Amino acid sequence: MSGQTLYDKLWNAHVVNVEDDGTTLLYIDRHLVHEVTSPQAFEGLRIAGRQPWRISANLAVADHNVPTTNRSEGISDPVSHLQVETLDKNCDYFGITEFKMGDIRQGIVHVIGPEQGATLPGMTLVCGDSHTSTHGAFAALAFGIGTSEVEHVLATQCLLTKKTKSMLVKVEGVLPPGVTAKDIILAIIGKIGTAGGTGFAIEFGGSTIRSLSMEGRMTICNMAIEAGARAGMVAVDEHTIDYVKGRPYAPQGAAWDQAVTYWRTLVSDADAAFDRVVEIDASTLKPHVTWGTSPEMVVTVDGCVPDPAKEQDPVKREGMQRALQYMALQANTPIQQISIDKVFIGSCTNSRIEDLRAAAQVARGKHVASNVKLAMVVPGSGLVKHQAEQEGLDKIFIAAGFEWREPGCSMCLAMNADRLEPGERCASTSNRNFEGRQGPGGRTHLVSPAMAAAAAIAGHFVDVRDVALSPLKAA
Amino acid sequence: MEKFTQLQGLAAPLDRANVDTDAIIPKQFLKSIKRTGFGPNLFDEWRYLDHGEPGMDNSQRPLNPDFVLNQPRYQGARVLLARENFGCGSSREHAPWALEDYGFRAIIAPSYADIFYNNCFKNGLLPIVLDATIVEQLFQETAATEAYQLKVDLPAQTVTTPSGQSFDFKVEAFRKYCLLNGLDDIGLTLRNVDKIKAYEERRKVEAPWMF
Repeated sequence: MSGQTLYDKLWNAHVVNVEDDGTTLLYIDRHLVHEVTSPQAFEGLRIAGRQPWRISANLAVADHNVPTTNRSEGISDPVSHLQVETLDKNCDYFGITEFKMGDIRQGIVHVIGPEQGATLPGMTLVCGDSHTSTHGAFAALAFGIGTSEVEHVLATQCLLTKKTKSMLVKVEGVLPPGVTAKDIILAIIGKIGTAGGTGFAIEFGGSTIRSLSMEGRMTICNMAIEAGARAGMVAVDEHTIDYVKGRPYAPQGAAWDQAVTYWRTLVSDADAAFDRVVEIDASTLKPHVTWGTSPEMVVTVDGCVPDPAKEQDPVKREGMQRALQYMALQANTPIQQISIDKVFIGSCTNSRIEDLRAAAQVARGKHVASNVKLAMVVPGSGLVKHQAEQEGLDKIFIAAGFEWREPGCSMCLAMNADRLEPGERCASTSNRNFEGRQGPGGRTHLVSPAMAAAAAIAGHFVDVRDVALSPLKAA
Repeated sequence: MEKFTQLQGLAAPLDRANVDTDAIIPKQFLKSIKRTGFGPNLFDEWRYLDHGEPGMDNSQRPLNPDFVLNQPRYQGARVLLARENFGCGSSREHAPWALEDYGFRAIIAPSYADIFYNNCFKNGLLPIVLDATIVEQLFQETAATEAYQLKVDLPAQTVTTPSGQSFDFKVEAFRKYCLLNGLDDIGLTLRNVDKIKAYEERRKVEAPWMF
């Protein structure tokens, strides 16, 4: 019999009950809650007269609707205001811990979980948000759920679910300078497609993944859902344990030692079998830029917009033509000739301290191009913002003509006031380039933080490998 | 949840792959704190020529005549024909809420995104997977025939065309049982209260730092 995968281990440790057809009642250790997908769930609880099963398993924060400018003025949009207020009221009513808008710990739910140590190795973690896969970077089984399941977890601390197949994405080799975790995951999505991971839980492994920081691993797991996989994960190693140590929700003392002993087992056994294995050679990777309206529509920065005429599959060809029309791009245009109107550095994919440092290294001592109407940096949390300010990154960005904002989801999905106007083109460090994602009629190109900063300075896409970096002073 | 047993209904074709949940229900409508009323904003950016915001009177908005669901022949459709990877993107359950509120009770596609697929079953909406060649045939027949109706039989797990051709589909036994009976998952899970408590007691010993 072959050994167990990391996914097997996480799954097996949380099985409460199994039905005849394999439907499993899975115990959930941590539930993160935000304002958009929870109001109907809380209402359901109240109507049924139910209480949350284990209140301390929940942690809430408002992130999607919050303004990134002057917080003292509150939320001007009454509909957004009501949604955030509803979260506040629900958390107060049920006794759930919430980091409210004025709290320095407030931020994007997928940034604050790890930052607080509320995300721990070995956990099952869910949230009513597809980018919950982010937390798998900690060798946790983490995935997004709908509102009915939010209510189900609140009421029962469990989910009814079925085990999926397993995929290993093995990334080997030394990452070239200027190529980042974002480029790795865009390359993976380009290779397997946005449905390539459907029905799978993906483990990201190999020497390249092991060499990445936790921030980089979170970027990769974050976009597992963009490859179709509900869950992405990375095995525990020293990076994981070092990151978790000392965080507010992390165990301490004897419990810490006990936990670490267990966490070190959270790796796939050497003889574990996966249903599918995909191999990526990191040493040949280049910076990536998406050109279309799906994350799989991606090329390297030295490439051109592809030509639909060369696509054999009629459904794909039509999708490409529609994407080119929406994006107002001509086939065969070199990527570096595409000029941009706005730049967004932020989102649960790329708003952590390492991302901001990478962008600041490009921006330092330079200035945003005159054709760029707005370049904004939105830190992932109040604590990330604070740290960046301690390091002087805010001053670098502001001097270079970027706007330095308050934390939140912001223009990743434009539920707050931050959005693209129709026809505007954006270099964005977020995760989705769908039609209208960053504002109706807006055109999104997904890139790494360094590539976004370089595009802001040049006014069009450039190869960050050709850009002189300005090293930051040691923090 | 509304029960689902059999359905005979008009089919409407949405001929594009990778339809994402941002397209199904754009983000501005996610600010609602209710579960209902999303139907008029289903596919909002494709369906209307202007930009929609919550609170607008949708009956007064200009319709996009090129969008398939606006064609007179597809009014009252109950079955949505779709392409690969339908429902990709976010976990918003507002997507199946909007489809259901519009009047759809079943979707037929070669594949779905996992979270969307799962969310459908929680809302009495049946996502049927059929082979891509069969789906292509249904697209062609729908385009060629006015008032093209499909019959969906969940107990028998079949989709039947007007000419009587029948296709089998798969559905997990537990999901089928819940849909047929309109059962609330929470009620079912709470039958296992003792098992959940026993699990917690064991875990508190094995992994006390989790609590």
